[in-house]
This record gives sequence, structure tokens and C-alpha cells, in this order.
Amino acid sequence: MTGRELITDVQNTWCPGCGNFTIQHTLKKILAEMETAGRSLDDVVLVSGIGCHAKIADYLNINTFYSLHGRTIPVATGIKLANPDLTVICCCGDGDCYAEGLDHLIFAAKRNVDITVIVHNNRVYGLTTGQYTPTSPLGFRGKSTPSGTAEFPLNPLELMLASGATYIARGYTKKMDQLRALLQGGIAHRGFSFIDVLQICATFFPAADYYTPRVYDPADHDPTSFDHACVLAREWDYNSDARIPLGVLYTATFPCFGERMATKGVTAGEREEAVRQILASRI
Amino acid sequence: MKIDSGLFEYNVRNVTSEIQPCCGGPGGWHHDNVYARTCITVSCGACMTEIQEVSVLIGGRAGDGINSAGALVAQLLNHLGYRIYLDFDYPSLIRGGHNFAIIRGSEHEVGTCREKLDFILALNQETVDRHRDQVHAGTAIIFNADLARSDGQGISIKNILTSEKAPEIMGNSAIIGGFAKAAGIEWVIVETVFRRHIPKGMDLNLSVARRAYDQLTVVRRIEPCNNPPLPLLNGNEAIGLGLVRGGLEAYVSYPMTPSSGLLHFLAGENEKLGIMVVHPENEIAVILMALGFAYGGKRAAVGTSGGGFCLMTEGLSLAGMAEIPLVLVVSQRTGPSTGLPTYTGQSELQFVLHAGQGEYPRLVVAPGDAQEALFWSAIAMDIAWKFQVPAFILPDKTLSEGTYSVDTGGITVPVTKAAPFWDKKPPYRRYADTPSGVSPLAFPGAKDAVVKVNSYAHDASGYTTEEAGMVTLMTDKRLRKDEELITGMNGYPQVNVHGSAEAPVAILCWGSTKGVCSEAGVKLGLRVVQPVVIAPFPVTPLKEALAETKTIICVEENATAQLAALARQHGIIPDAKVLRYDGRPFTYESLCARLKEVIP
Repeated sequence: MTGRELITDVQNTWCPGCGNFTIQHTLKKILAEMETAGRSLDDVVLVSGIGCHAKIADYLNINTFYSLHGRTIPVATGIKLANPDLTVICCCGDGDCYAEGLDHLIFAAKRNVDITVIVHNNRVYGLTTGQYTPTSPLGFRGKSTPSGTAEFPLNPLELMLASGATYIARGYTKKMDQLRALLQGGIAHRGFSFIDVLQICATFFPAADYYTPRVYDPADHDPTSFDHACVLAREWDYNSDARIPLGVLYTATFPCFGERMATKGVTAGEREEAVRQILASRI
Repeated sequence: MKIDSGLFEYNVRNVTSEIQPCCGGPGGWHHDNVYARTCITVSCGACMTEIQEVSVLIGGRAGDGINSAGALVAQLLNHLGYRIYLDFDYPSLIRGGHNFAIIRGSEHEVGTCREKLDFILALNQETVDRHRDQVHAGTAIIFNADLARSDGQGISIKNILTSEKAPEIMGNSAIIGGFAKAAGIEWVIVETVFRRHIPKGMDLNLSVARRAYDQLTVVRRIEPCNNPPLPLLNGNEAIGLGLVRGGLEAYVSYPMTPSSGLLHFLAGENEKLGIMVVHPENEIAVILMALGFAYGGKRAAVGTSGGGFCLMTEGLSLAGMAEIPLVLVVSQRTGPSTGLPTYTGQSELQFVLHAGQGEYPRLVVAPGDAQEALFWSAIAMDIAWKFQVPAFILPDKTLSEGTYSVDTGGITVPVTKAAPFWDKKPPYRRYADTPSGVSPLAFPGAKDAVVKVNSYAHDASGYTTEEAGMVTLMTDKRLRKDEELITGMNGYPQVNVHGSAEAPVAILCWGSTKGVCSEAGVKLGLRVVQPVVIAPFPVTPLKEALAETKTIICVEENATAQLAALARQHGIIPDAKVLRYDGRPFTYESLCARLKEVIP
């Protein structure tokens, strides 16, 4: 389908000022450009979890799998293995992807599955009305932790470096042009692409005043250097007061899971013959 | 009269409790005093037909390769024309512990073991000691004289291996060679079986076997039968091949006994069969990945046991809501929780019936042996795609890891492989409301189709909705598929009848107890009714099969009689129950004794 309207008629229920609008708008632009460049959007699938971020599945007029909380990545892996010609994008939340489905994130990175994971990281549960997530800062006062959390946030970039992701980036919803380049780079990358997108939650964690003065683009960073990527990833630990580097922190080229797993198709006749041979070998 | 078992037709005579029929169904013609007599060739009191039958046990420590040695014994009997059932009993550990396999051969189809043994092949003393109460006057014992003392014939495996300069692992070939001689099996059969089934070091294995063969004397000749040998498959392999025949393209599984054999089998044969086999990080990933495959247009199945299935339930409910076809193999073991990992049970029937939040149709089939597993696994895949529902195959350890003779000649699988597909006229609506409730399928990549599946309540296009009318409409649409499914299943042999088809006392059983119940039914003159389809519950065929019964006895390997509870919901009231829940399958003798206590 060419020239389709990319935004559906479904009523948008994100709060005014929500960072999700930026990500949706960015994805819309990227999709339009992909189409202009000759890529059929029939071959694009978006998988979302559950949470505010996930409503994007209803809002974008493309193939979507509106999955369960934390379960975007295994679904996306299955889709990509089923049909390697598809471009598979996961939109996940931070609670979604770093709490409920953390195991899947680590394993998809470890396998270098050729999908793009965009984490809408607002560092709070929005849809369940304001609880801490794995990236909320120590002492975060949410509805489940009224006296403040008693645990440090995890650093997803460091985790991804340790897990084997081959495209690791961090964006910020107030830096749209850069965000677009990062998402585009991730989609174009062959292998597991991970983009942690700092976004504000207008209602429960409006942290723009924190992020805006701290974010910066590191000069002269070589994203093929794992060691430099580690240094940059550790500069801000999602907790203490530090500069927050944005951009592509790490890229590497490795064979993808799908390439390694590829099985040569057989015809129905060949398959029946194989079954017959297996049965004969059991006599 | 003829009874349609679903796969075969058995010629069955009417029987009374005094006279036992010959050819009366699987293995059910033997007399209690068989072991005091010739034991191997049995004369049937009803028609004087000679029925040949033999039971062999091979035992040793875990790590001794008992399972593969048992498989070789089974093949020897197979090549003598016997129908086979092999039960492998092992604890949950890698080295040490007592492992044993019982191989039963019969001229006719068998699906259970007898307690008494005609041959004991003991690789250690424990085997001799533990199975002492299973010997009879004519039991032949062949033992490893280096490690065990016993009556019977000893072989010094160590001496044979030393003379042949063979590695320790070949010790089992010595005991099998010794068995072959003691059973009067011609050397040419041993050689044939070794050549076909020993992948490595075959010549040396044969030399080792030959030395033992030459040392021993014939003590109990196993006469050949008039049957051609058949493929021997365990239940897991049969399920795998059935799924493949149903069009399987991807198998996704996390190892869990007793389902792991299916993962290993398909992983080992994946290139030949052209399927992808994936072992992800956990069972949650397993089912979600499989749903991704199906959304992408590939026929997928998952396999696990009860504990792993616990983790899959949110994904199951997603399959129900999003109407994504999926086959789930849940091989039962003794629960609750970790339970007895390597022992059997039938306690997940109510679990798979009710697992997952919300209401949506599902298919549950419980095959009774490898042959039924081969047939029904193909059907399950077909039904899952035809109706876009989750379809369960519910074996247990006994079936999954038990080995059976499979007569593939008699099987024709009515697989259509035709799901209703989109007519390519946009706009595509994934959940288009249709009279049958089944919406046409399209997959991402299809030109001009926007394929939206959704775990939320959704409208016909797949968009999230909370609108009351739409929620009702879509719920009704999904439930209409259940009505269609009930009608669709009428074309299949959903309920099998064995034993004495018109007897007033009936055994109601399901799954792997088919074999033992059939034999007990013939022996005791009982009707044996085995629903293979559990959901949608085959009320009408089941009531027909149970027509004019005066007493219904439920036989199950669980503690709460789960099929009985289900039957009761549908107005079938069992009068008595015979339950076993120690992880061990019923044996013929134990079941007959228990049944006699409750038969009026």
C-alpha cells in the first residue's frame, strides 16, 4: 500500500506534552522516508508491549502486534525468524522491557536478533498511575514506594554492552533530529539495535529540567570501540548528577541469529520422504 | 463385531466373564497362570490360538546406557515379529541411581507392561535384588558376573572387553549378546539389529556380543512371530512426526522432562524436515516466540511439562484473545511443583482446560499411544489453523518416553492444511466478523494488508476498544468458533472403545492408560471407553460409547479423578474410581486387582 495515511483515526489518549508524541512523530517520518526510498510498508511490523508507549500500535497505520507487558522482544524474534524480509521494530516501555521482560532483552542482544528495540524510557509507570521502574532514581517516591525507593536504578546501556547488542544508542525526545538519526541508524543496522530514549512523563515524572542541561553529544567518539562505549555508558548511571551522553555509543558487525538459525526449506514431498526415512530407520 | 478404535478396526467377540476372547484387543488374551506354564507361548482358553508373549527387563546404574540397551532388546524382539512396548524407569539424576527398561513383546499390539518377567538382564547387583519379586519359575537371569551374583547365567563383561580390547561402554553389547543366546535368537538377527541400530564401532560391538553369545546356552527360546517388524517410536517422536505431517515449520521449547525428547528429536532432524527449532531463555519466551512465528505465517508448536506450562499461561490467553493458531504439547509428570520429574501422572487435565485468564475456545487431545500421537498431533496442528485456536496435545511420561510399535500403513491423516485466507480485497480486517467466527488470515508482508493483532479487547480491524457493544460482539465471535469446533470435531474418531464393547460395566480412561485398561478390560470382560478429545468435550459420542452401562469406573493416574469431574459436568456420572498417583503407571496386574475391588 503506497501513500497510506500513517496515522490512524484512533483517538489519541496520551497526556499533553507526553514524550510518546515525539517518538510517534519521529517513527512516522522515518516510515514515510522508507516508503519514498522504495521500501514497502507492508513489510514493516511494529510490536508493542503494554503501557502508555504501547498505544502507538493503535496510532500507526502499519502491521502491529500489540503484545503483553514485557513481551515485545520474543514476539519480534519469532516474527523475524518466520519472515527475515520483514523490518521488525519493538516499541517497549522501561517497566515493560527492563522489569517484566528483562530476560528477553538480554537474550535478544546475546543472540544479535536483527530487530530494533526502542525503549520509551520515562522512568516511571504511567498507565498504572505512577510507580517506580528499574531506571527510576534511588529514593523515587511513587505510589508503591511512598517513602522513596530503596534500590539503585540499573544502567541499561551498560547491560546491553555486556549482553552483546551490536547497536547501542541513547536519544532524548527533546532532540528530535538526533532521535530520528538514531532510530534510522538502528533500523538500518543488521543485528540487534537498542535505543534507550529518555522521555518525560508529563504527569508522573516531568524531568525535562533535569535532562536538558545535562545531555550532550560526545565529540570524537569512536562507536566501534567497546572500551570507549563502556566509559560513555558509565558516565551517567541514571542516578547521580552527571553529564548524559547521547548518540550512538557502540556499533559492531556480527552475524545475526536469523542467519545462523536459517533452515533450508523443503518441499512437501521431500518432507514426507524424510518422515518415511525416519520411520524406516526405526525398524 | 467390529470396534472402531479410531485407527484400526479390531474384530472383537462378545465375551462373558468366564471366557476370555482371543484376538480381543491389545494383549488381552492371557491367563493368570501363564507364568507357571510355558510363559512365552500361551494357549488361549477361548479359541486355543497360540499367543506369543515375552517380557524382558534390563537394569543398571544411570549412565550405563540402559535406555539404548533396552532399545536394542526391543529391536531384537521387533525383528522376531513381536509388537513392542518399552517402559524406561529412571530417577532424576545423571550418574548412579537405578535405571531399568522393561521391554514387552507380544504377537499383538501392546501398550503396557506385565509385572512378571521372563528375562532379567542385570548389569549390577541392584537389578537382581530390586526385581526379585518379579521373577517366576521360568525367569532367565543373565547377569554381569563382575558385579552381581545370581541364579542364571553370568558373563564376565570385564574379561570379554579385555579380550576384545573394547571400551567399557560396549559392556551392554555383551549382555545383549548373552540374552540373544539364552533366548535362542539366531545370530543373523543380532547382526542385523546391531548393523541397523549401532551408529559407532559396530564391528567391535558385534565381536563383544558374539563372545557372550558363544559362552551362554539357550534356556528359553523366544519363537519368532508371523508379523513383519514395524517402526518403533516413543511418544515424543510420534508427536514430532505428527506435527510435521500437520505442517509444522517451527518448534520452540525449553527443556523439561518428559517433553525434552521431542525437542531433542526435532532439533536432531530439523534440516531433513525443513523446520526451525529454537530453544529460548524460558517458557514465557517460548510461547511468545511461537506466537510471533504464527503471526508471521509459520505453523509453530511449543512443548513443555506442567511447570513450564505455568509460565506459558499468559501467552496462551494472548493466543486465545488475538486468535493466533498454536499447538502446545504438555507432557505430564507427577506434580505438584517439581514433583517427580521423571515419573508419570495425569494431573494436568483440568489445568490445561482452564489455564489462561478469560474465556476462549481450545482443543485438547490426549492420545493413548504412539500411533494415536502420530495421528492426533497432525490433526491438532490442522485444527489450530483452521479455527485459529490454541490446540493442546496432552501426553504423559508413560507415552512421551515409552516406545511402541507403530503401524504407519494403517494411518491416513485427514489434514487439510487449509486455513481460511484473506481474499486480498482491502481493507484487511484481521478480526472480520463472520458467521463461523473464524476471520480470514493474512500475514505481514501481504500486499495492501495492515495486519493488526491485539491482546486488548479490539474491533474487527484489531484496534483497541473498550466499547461495551464491541466487546460483546467480539466475545461472541470468538465463542462461535467453539460451536464450529464442536461440529468440526464430529468428523474425527473422538472416543475409542476397547475391550468388551457391550459389557454393562465400563472403564472410563484417557491418555496413556489406554493400553493397560484395554488389557484389563478384556481380561475382566469390561467395556473400555477412552475419549481422545477432551475439549471441546465430546458429550454425544461419549454418551453413545457408554450407552446402557450400569457401572462406570474411572481409571486415572491422578489423585482427584479429573476426567470423572469433567464427565460429571456433562451428566456422565462415574460410580467408582481407581486412581494411582505415585508416579508409576498402572500395571496390568495391579489394575486388575484394583478393578476387582470395585466391580459390582
